[in-house]
Amino acid sequence: MIIKATEYSEAGLADGKDYREAMIPYKKSLAKKGVLLADEELQPSSTGLRITYPKKGGKPQVLAGPFPVNQDLIIEYMVINASAEDEALNLALRMPVPKARGKYEIELRRLKEKLESIQDPGIKAIEASLQDHLNMLKKI
Amino acid sequence: MSLSNTHRTIDAIWRIESAKLIAGLTRIVQDVGLAEDLAHDALVIALEKWPHAGIPDNPGAWLMTTAKRRAIDLLRRTKIRDQKYVEIAKNTDLYTVEDVDQVLDGEIGDDLLRLIFMTCHPVLSQEARVALTLRLLCGLTAEEISRSFLVAESTIAQRIVRAKRTLNEKNIPFEVPLGEELNDRLSTVLEVIYLMFNEGYSATSGEHWIRPLLCQEALRLGRVLAQIASNEPEVHGLVALMEIQFSRFKTRVNSKGEPVLLMDQNRAQWDQLLIRRGLAALERSRKLGRSLGPYSLQAAISACHTQAPTPEETDWPRIAALYEALSIVMPSPIVELNRAVAISMAFGPDIGIQIVNELNADPSLKKYHLLPSVRGDLLVKLGRYDEARTEFKLAASLTQNEREQTLLLNRAMECGEGTST
Repeated sequence: MIIKATEYSEAGLADGKDYREAMIPYKKSLAKKGVLLADEELQPSSTGLRITYPKKGGKPQVLAGPFPVNQDLIIEYMVINASAEDEALNLALRMPVPKARGKYEIELRRLKEKLESIQDPGIKAIEASLQDHLNMLKKI
Repeated sequence: MSLSNTHRTIDAIWRIESAKLIAGLTRIVQDVGLAEDLAHDALVIALEKWPHAGIPDNPGAWLMTTAKRRAIDLLRRTKIRDQKYVEIAKNTDLYTVEDVDQVLDGEIGDDLLRLIFMTCHPVLSQEARVALTLRLLCGLTAEEISRSFLVAESTIAQRIVRAKRTLNEKNIPFEVPLGEELNDRLSTVLEVIYLMFNEGYSATSGEHWIRPLLCQEALRLGRVLAQIASNEPEVHGLVALMEIQFSRFKTRVNSKGEPVLLMDQNRAQWDQLLIRRGLAALERSRKLGRSLGPYSLQAAISACHTQAPTPEETDWPRIAALYEALSIVMPSPIVELNRAVAISMAFGPDIGIQIVNELNADPSLKKYHLLPSVRGDLLVKLGRYDEARTEFKLAASLTQNEREQTLLLNRAMECGEGTST
């Protein structure tokens, strides 16, 4: 779950008390369920650096923040363990939001944990024996 | 013994003993992550002491005693007053190096079994199960695992850390499941082992074409499992399947590293010891007197090839019957296609193609490229080249794999020649 930065967070304004107080039991409940695997809050982009490669094959350019808030900056991320999309969505929808602070965005992304090559080992093996048998069919 | 020699020996000992250590320690501290740390502590002490004092007669027991003392120290230090721990601590205190061996003989098997059920627990993703099993039961490093799967080392390390945390947070017990649950959970364990084996056996990319380490570890794990869960036919079936497949390991590639299909392999080079072990395991599975499951059936099919002196002497009617049985316990179009080919070999392609035609009527298989591909092969066998060409072209349009596409288009072209001559 990626929580996007806002103009407020970029300006270093502390989160409202209501929001902070609501966030504590929310995270606790995730931790209690054993689904919260990681949680990091980030400082505003003013302390960040950005590396860009403006030209193809060219040298990197290092740029100091702050960066424009409309560029999908991130202020916090949590890694949660959900077995299905709707489960993840339900958890994310229960996350408290700072009501007084305008537009607010949370993005859900999947961890790239699937190893394509190791899916369905059983089927792969039977496909391999099919190739062996077809080869025999051809030659015998 | 030189220092580097000693270290190499310690490495080898670690490979063999680490799983037992971690399993035994998990029982005491009820936390795999902590157990692994304690086992590593013992290894560090061994690395300090053994080069001077010499390697003890029973290094496994030495490591276990050392690690257990540390576990007890830790439990005392952290003042865990839980009665359970106090009891264990009391009992464990009595162990001397000599006792450990005796006491553990019966326990080790049980602990290993508990550990593998833990690392293959369904709360973990399949990838996490494989990574954690390789780490804790096979003693592979994150680097070795990452090399086998062509994934960044940090990814594997993260995955292992997360998996251990999940087990902890969800309070996954260190135990062998009972009754109904045992069957489900056992199949998960077998799946992880077979996945490891296949990854080593059938990987086709670059220098990793062959990854014998994974195969060997899977086989070793399977053999251990077969000893401690000896009443489960599918455990023996899986071991049989892996032994027999592994017997062809060397002949599966030529000197250029290209794959060699079964028909063209040099049967004289198949490993006879592995074959004997495989056939014996298959026999054990059958003697348990329950109908054969998917692994045992696949092992039996593989055994048919092993027992044929030449490809021409293969017992196809038996293979067809085994695929028929497999299609019942593991219904899948790929099994049906295999059955169709086996039937063609046993009774002629005109009968085999009927099965493929039945599959053709299934709309859910419209996009399945192997279906027209097999149909094409059978049509060639029947001399119906025009139809075969259409099938190969259809198959080529359905696959994303470029190499396969080229092969199929070549087959289509060969059919073109067939009609013109």
